[in-house]
Amino acid sequence: MDFLGVPFPVFAGQLLIGLINGAFYAVLSLGLALIFGLLNIVNFAHGALYMVGAFVAFLLLDVLGIGYWPALVLSPIIVGVFGMAIERFLLRPIADLDHLYGLLLTFGLALLIEGLFRQVYGVSGETYAIPAALQGGFNLGFMFLPTYRAWVIVAAVVVCGATWFLIEQTRLGATMRAAVENADLVRAFGVNVPLLVTLTYGLGVALAAFAGVLAAPIYSVNPLMGSNIIIVVFAIVVIGGLGSIKGAILSGFLLGIAEGVTRVYYPEASNIIIFVVMAVVLIVRPAGLFGKTA
Amino acid sequence: MKLTKTLLLTGAASMLALSANAQDSGSGISDDTIKIGLIADMSGPYSALDGAGSEAAIRMAIEEMGGEIDGKKITLQTADHQSKADIGSNIARQWADQDNIDLILGGANSGVGIALQEITSEKGVAYINNGGATNALTNENCAPETGLHWTYDTDALANGTAVAMVKEGNQSWFFITADYTFGHNLKNTAANAVQENGGEVVGEVSAPFPTQDFSSFLLQAQGSGAQVVGLANAGTDTQNAVKQAQEFGLTQAGQKLASLLLFITDVDALGLDAAQGLTLTTGFYWDQDDKAREWSAKYEERTGAKPSMVQAGMYSSALNYLKAVKEAGTDDAKKVVAQLKTMPIEDAFARNGKVRADGLMEHDMFLAQVKTPEESSGKWDYYNIIRTIPGADAFQSIEDGKCEAAKTAMAEGGASGASGTESTSGQAQ
Repeated sequence: MDFLGVPFPVFAGQLLIGLINGAFYAVLSLGLALIFGLLNIVNFAHGALYMVGAFVAFLLLDVLGIGYWPALVLSPIIVGVFGMAIERFLLRPIADLDHLYGLLLTFGLALLIEGLFRQVYGVSGETYAIPAALQGGFNLGFMFLPTYRAWVIVAAVVVCGATWFLIEQTRLGATMRAAVENADLVRAFGVNVPLLVTLTYGLGVALAAFAGVLAAPIYSVNPLMGSNIIIVVFAIVVIGGLGSIKGAILSGFLLGIAEGVTRVYYPEASNIIIFVVMAVVLIVRPAGLFGKTA
Repeated sequence: MKLTKTLLLTGAASMLALSANAQDSGSGISDDTIKIGLIADMSGPYSALDGAGSEAAIRMAIEEMGGEIDGKKITLQTADHQSKADIGSNIARQWADQDNIDLILGGANSGVGIALQEITSEKGVAYINNGGATNALTNENCAPETGLHWTYDTDALANGTAVAMVKEGNQSWFFITADYTFGHNLKNTAANAVQENGGEVVGEVSAPFPTQDFSSFLLQAQGSGAQVVGLANAGTDTQNAVKQAQEFGLTQAGQKLASLLLFITDVDALGLDAAQGLTLTTGFYWDQDDKAREWSAKYEERTGAKPSMVQAGMYSSALNYLKAVKEAGTDDAKKVVAQLKTMPIEDAFARNGKVRADGLMEHDMFLAQVKTPEESSGKWDYYNIIRTIPGADAFQSIEDGKCEAAKTAMAEGGASGASGTESTSGQAQ
């Protein structure tokens, strides 16, 4: 049975793999969209913090013997606190300046963090084993699905869903959004807006670290892993509509799939397809797929 | 046949030595200093297998010579080419014009390597490449009077592994190729070797460089039903592909992985669980014999790690260059290179080595297999050497190559060289 000139099993396999990669994109672009949407900061350090998340998991295991499951919670907390320190001491002083300054600052931070890890760990990368409970896989008939990859989809969907729920459906989320719309008014109601901003940045960073821990057993834990993925994630956020939570999640998954399909038909183009989509979206819908046209 | 080839080569080498002696009147050491420069990847993707370790290896060679030759000091300066040909070229030009450099080492990136060889040839500086894989360095881009290629090339890497695996009955191959010159170069050589030995290539996919996620490509390889999946890539790409091949059950289902360029630093990063069973070709393994072990122990004391084949090659090329300078009594690039072509290359790194007329340092390569965790006694104990591939089998012959200068030299040297052969090789031993 063929599907568009390709045997159906191959096509279905690539679709599933696209979905897995999309899961990473979704978690990363969600964090980025959250920070941009609520703080108006273009967080260029996001990729580096994703890398730090993976390294914290590696160090927890290597130095303290703490395994994958605790690391999945601990690493985002540790990196999230680090992120909050960045916001409090570096980003806040320049909050009133043009966005460009925040972008430059976080870009510089990314280079610094990456350089530091490169200095200490070199570039050949470290290994992180797949946890015992998630080893092996299922034979789906059309492909062999490693258990760990299935877990990545589940974890990403749950985390994305929970974040969306927090922002869009809870009182806390409503306050956060209100603080963006009119900080002075919200402050007048007795809400500590600066704290809210710090927490939001911490949450966005924690999401990056979470993606880093998810990625550690699949890719080599490498100081350069963040800079490889950050540009793609930026493109996804733009496609979804800058600052749109739902847009970031959905376009993350969708573009993962688009990439997977491209690998079947024209593999050489698989690393630029996202940018082609971005160009087309920007021409047709400048605000992005889910963005509000101002 | 092999004998005639050796005769011809030695003949050519002696001719080159003669003509070089005849041409140049000036001799001695310029500036009373022998200046060596290393242009390496100090911070990028190949810095683990090259970088600071290469610098340490060259320093060991200088110290072994006592830091000087007949009272003339040996110095070493280093720079980072950042894997960019233009940066490497600028440094080389500056060193040649302002610092009067005598030897440039490095270029662990094929693009940078070709650029460096061109400039050094133009400036009359000796150049030895370690780590740049492309066979163009001793083919269409050869500069046999000044430029040498030392540790390995794509022919030696791909041939060794592909031929050995086809002969073991692994007939059908699928290639995952890094989509740039180096990857295609490596894949083409391997594919030819597979076909010439009766195997077939059932499919290929070009993966963008660099790629993090190889699962799509691995799935295609799985679907092809090939017995061997050949990885024509390097560094992090190879690591990710190997790790994910295991995750997707390729190897468990009976397919074999062949990594056409694997460094010991890659195996160290992957861990034996993921890398076990990989077949590879290497120019050097620290545990290959006593001489290698002894030197590698000293290197480890200094750097905290065992040397990669590139780092060991750096040591070997610097040491032999310095010996040649001492022998020739000059640091004139053409004379030293001509001298090198008459010397047997045998040290901690090279076995049965010789510098050919086209600039290639032909030496034995090793077919190896990565150990299982049970077989390994600990860190760095990673390879079983399956067999030695004699240099003449591993590398492409000058006749089959595209270095016209070397072919002409051989044709001219052939007639007159034959008579002088015995005495020359006698001297060399």
